[in-house]
Amino acid sequence: MQRLEKRLWPALLAAFLAAVAFLWAAPFLWTLVASFRPEGVGSADMASLVPDTPQTLENFRNALESGSFGLYYVNTIIVVVGVLAVQCVTVSLAGYAFARLSFPGRDALFYAFLLQLMLVPPTLIVPNLATVVDLGLYDTLPGVMAPYFASAFGTFLMRQTFLALPRDFEEAAAIDGAPWWAIIWYVLLPMAQPGLVAFAIVSVTAHWNEFLWPLMVINDPAKHTLTIGLAAFTRGAEGGKEWGVLAAGTLLVMAPLAVVFVAFQRRFVDSFVFSGVKG
Amino acid sequence: MSLASNARAFERIENGLVIESGRARRRPLRVRWLPYALLAPSLLFLGLFTYLPVVRVAIESLYDQPHGTGAAVATFVGMGNYAKVFADPAFRQAALNNLIYAVGTLLPTLVLALAFALAVQRSTRFASVLRTVFFFPSLVPLVAAASLFFFIFLPGLGLLDYYLAKIGINGPNWLGDSDIALWSVIGLTVWKNAGYYMLFYIAGLQNIPRDTLEAAMIDGANAWQRLRYVILPALVPTTSFVVVIALINLLTSVDHVIVLTRGGPSNSTNLLLYYIFQAAHENFEIGKAAAATLLSVAVMLAISLGSLQVMERGTHAKA
Repeated sequence: MQRLEKRLWPALLAAFLAAVAFLWAAPFLWTLVASFRPEGVGSADMASLVPDTPQTLENFRNALESGSFGLYYVNTIIVVVGVLAVQCVTVSLAGYAFARLSFPGRDALFYAFLLQLMLVPPTLIVPNLATVVDLGLYDTLPGVMAPYFASAFGTFLMRQTFLALPRDFEEAAAIDGAPWWAIIWYVLLPMAQPGLVAFAIVSVTAHWNEFLWPLMVINDPAKHTLTIGLAAFTRGAEGGKEWGVLAAGTLLVMAPLAVVFVAFQRRFVDSFVFSGVKG
Repeated sequence: MSLASNARAFERIENGLVIESGRARRRPLRVRWLPYALLAPSLLFLGLFTYLPVVRVAIESLYDQPHGTGAAVATFVGMGNYAKVFADPAFRQAALNNLIYAVGTLLPTLVLALAFALAVQRSTRFASVLRTVFFFPSLVPLVAAASLFFFIFLPGLGLLDYYLAKIGINGPNWLGDSDIALWSVIGLTVWKNAGYYMLFYIAGLQNIPRDTLEAAMIDGANAWQRLRYVILPALVPTTSFVVVIALINLLTSVDHVIVLTRGGPSNSTNLLLYYIFQAAHENFEIGKAAAATLLSVAVMLAISLGSLQVMERGTHAKA
């Protein structure tokens, strides 16, 4: 009897967990099923999680055409890559300064950087929009990127990464007469790659998913990012018939990150645990 | 923090280096301006988009500037905008909603995050699939999550009502009923965030020494007692860290509100940041938006400074 109980409980627990996981995944399962669902099914059974036969790609074609998701992809990629490229420079330089150099005011400056972790950009959308207008960047993609060019989180991460590296290589390079930029570029950065990758994962995820700030800065529909496009699409689909197309559109927005995540799961999880604060 | 002691250690090493390279007739490594030059690009953008904006809203909040006019015609109104904001029922509603939203989201999120972490911490194939499923919602844009829940909450036809009807339950109007809409938004947020905070609990659980747990087991502590007297106390730092980042998140994301409800029905899902967004972007009340921004900045600083040590511990948790 006791033996049976010992086997029964883990089995029950596993079944319970599987049920919870199914519940958790249900919104995504529905997206998958609905995006391949032919139009003829009718709205009464749109919510069914059972896949239909035959499947269709029609919804994806409609989403790409009516939502101009192709253009939104390009704009989002420009923003994500632009932000990351500038950030890599700023956080590497600042991280190196905090990790390897000593100078008056270092602790105070370190705390000044820390402020950005508390005054996260979304809080400051109103004054930042005014600044972007003053700089002549309103309704431009650089205007969307600019507030993120400096990253306190990235600076900390690079500082930690540099601190963990042995100093022997730099000292050898310094004795050989290498200038500071050569030490950073040729000696430190190659060794600091895991830190940069971790930062890149957090940064790309944050800006791929961002909505409120680009919504405020961008006016021209030709410069919309994926999230703005999807939001407009969602509100347009209220009518009812378009649910398959909406599911397809949502899938198109989520897919790239999902694919990368599945491929590099371990690294993703590690980066997010490290981050705590989104870059 | 360990910064000061680090600094001293570096100084020693660096001085050694300067002497050595000096002997080799090299340019001294430590150029005085170099550190500031390296920090300059970051400081430029921090200045433009983090420090100056706070000063800017602080000033703007003291002036009344009618829409469409320049700063030249702005009139000084002192605390007038703050008085206007506090007198605005929509603001008071938004502040109250945000409080309910924060507490209502935080508690279930923490409980679920810990429960998930306990369930998936073993390294079996099943556990790793569960981990992926629970984490996945935090990877998708909040807007995409809102799009999905737009359909889930759809009256009658949506995923929720469709399956509730099969077991004979007639669901309420999830987003249209002003008594329920905020709780629907809370449900979405819990679903979206629990898996993210689960990661921190998994990391926290891994840091509990095995010996402690084994000792408790040998002493005859059952699963509940081990959780109550060993695991939970050991997770206090993790929990306080998660509470801080969760609170900041709950004050700074309103994407789902914009897509799903636009603050309605009758302001029941209006949150502080959405109120600010509306004041600035839709009603063009710059002074009011500035005053509300400064108030939320103050709240954020209070939360963060109150737990600065916690933040420190968090950022250094996994070097």
